[in-house]
Amino acid sequence: MKRFIARHVAGLPKSGIRDFFEIVAKKKDVISLGIGEPDFDTPWHIREAAIYALEKGRTHYTSNLGLMELRRAIAAYVESNYSVGYAPDDEILVTVGVSEALDLALRALLNPGDKVLYHQPCYVSYHPGVALAHGVALAVPTRADDGFALNVADLERAWQPGCKVLMMNLPCNPTGGTCDRAHLEKIARFAVEKDLIVLSDEIYSELVYECPHTSIAVFPGMRERTIFLHGFSKAFAMTGFRIGYACGPAQLIEAMMKVHQYSMLCAPILSQEAAVEALARGQDGVKSMREQYQRRRDLVVKRLRAAGLACRAPGGAFYVFPSVASTGMSDHDFAYGLLEKQGVAVVPGAAFGENGRGFVRASFATGYDQLVEACDRIERFVNTPAPCSAPSPS
Amino acid sequence: MNPVLKLLIEGGHLTTAQMAQVSGLSESDVDRHLEQLKKDGVFLGWRPVLDLSRESAGAVRAVIEVKITPERGGGFNRLAERLSRFDEVESCYLMSGAYDLLIFVTGPSLQRVAGFVSEKLSTLEGVLSTSTHFMLRSYKEGFFLMEAPSRENERLKVSP
Repeated sequence: MKRFIARHVAGLPKSGIRDFFEIVAKKKDVISLGIGEPDFDTPWHIREAAIYALEKGRTHYTSNLGLMELRRAIAAYVESNYSVGYAPDDEILVTVGVSEALDLALRALLNPGDKVLYHQPCYVSYHPGVALAHGVALAVPTRADDGFALNVADLERAWQPGCKVLMMNLPCNPTGGTCDRAHLEKIARFAVEKDLIVLSDEIYSELVYECPHTSIAVFPGMRERTIFLHGFSKAFAMTGFRIGYACGPAQLIEAMMKVHQYSMLCAPILSQEAAVEALARGQDGVKSMREQYQRRRDLVVKRLRAAGLACRAPGGAFYVFPSVASTGMSDHDFAYGLLEKQGVAVVPGAAFGENGRGFVRASFATGYDQLVEACDRIERFVNTPAPCSAPSPS
Repeated sequence: MNPVLKLLIEGGHLTTAQMAQVSGLSESDVDRHLEQLKKDGVFLGWRPVLDLSRESAGAVRAVIEVKITPERGGGFNRLAERLSRFDEVESCYLMSGAYDLLIFVTGPSLQRVAGFVSEKLSTLEGVLSTSTHFMLRSYKEGFFLMEAPSRENERLKVSP
């Protein structure tokens, strides 16, 4: 059968998270800090809006671009929160999560062999997404000592002729890394100079803790070369609704829409109706969740440091990305050992690319009491390391 | 808002030691905040959240609407405070609208609650009328949904 599978698909590595998931799923009494989604249920008023839409029989296709009411609401939200204006008519496309928007953008932009810069560690789909669009992904390392921010010097080093796109995700899953305004402005200048399109995945941008979030689209010359990607999954705790959007220059959105209309047609209408409600009345919920994440972050960072792990306080998202170097273990052995001995699941950093090696990702999107217990167990594990037989990575 | 009050609202089942860890305060700071909240009359005490409508709880609850005669100088206070002292009374509120006091009552049986209403409550001077509604089933109690599905089962154990 294998011979039937397309080469670029056969060549994709299996997700490291997938292997780990299989093992965790079989174990009982595990506290999982391996979950990349909010523990909060979607606020009731948003769920109720979806139920109401269903009751009213709003079960049909929408415009390919998405409900006009939702696009208007998105335009207003992006304008007021990110200071970039987009026209609801032709500069906003509603998608099935940011994942679809990323895929559409890559497929709409890349010719076979076009090169894409992306920072690493990064979300698991970045490299495969580029490969599936027949592009060539060039990893730009980010480092713990400067908070996993994206540096222009590293971009310069990684750049090659034929680079067309820069993909970035700030705040970042898995590192929680953010970029301050000055950093970002330099990246913007680099993008202009090298004539790059920037795919800016800002899905965690409501969840920042110290510095306010800035979108790269605000800098001179950037609006016309940025595709701003955002969605409802993280800030509004709506992961299962699968609803996101892309904003950008009309010609780029039109190109993405072509791919979207022939593959997805439109995002599910019930999710779109729920998203309208989220934007209309969801701000209090977002604020309350952010405050809770921040307290959890402070707790986890303090406890992991006390346990002897080098852990910086992430500027955004809901992940800490501590180094496990001090334990003498690899990230793989640490994660499997911790699961085996203490029943706590964290994700080995290598699942997020080579530059994640030596780190683990722990999500603090989990209740306080579970977090306290998980930190107790991690402390016990770090302080009584024992040789364990971890299965080798596949 | 007082940081400890926030935690009490968000996750009321934390111990003071856990609250200290979560909030980054010392345990004595948490105790100090709790004392302050008590002093302010905001935090009144720890109390479990119970679903008394379950058969195994062996309890009957009723809500009683009470009309009373207000008094010169004290309004509704004297009678309301007097009623509140009965052990059967869980909560007692002065309300706007068609009646004056709303009283939540708990007892081991329907007869005992009925006895309280007919023997104690309605016989008090100043009580004009009562209307008793027995509770049949709880759906939400103190912010807890009774049929809340467990979260762990809903989320994948590991996801990107």
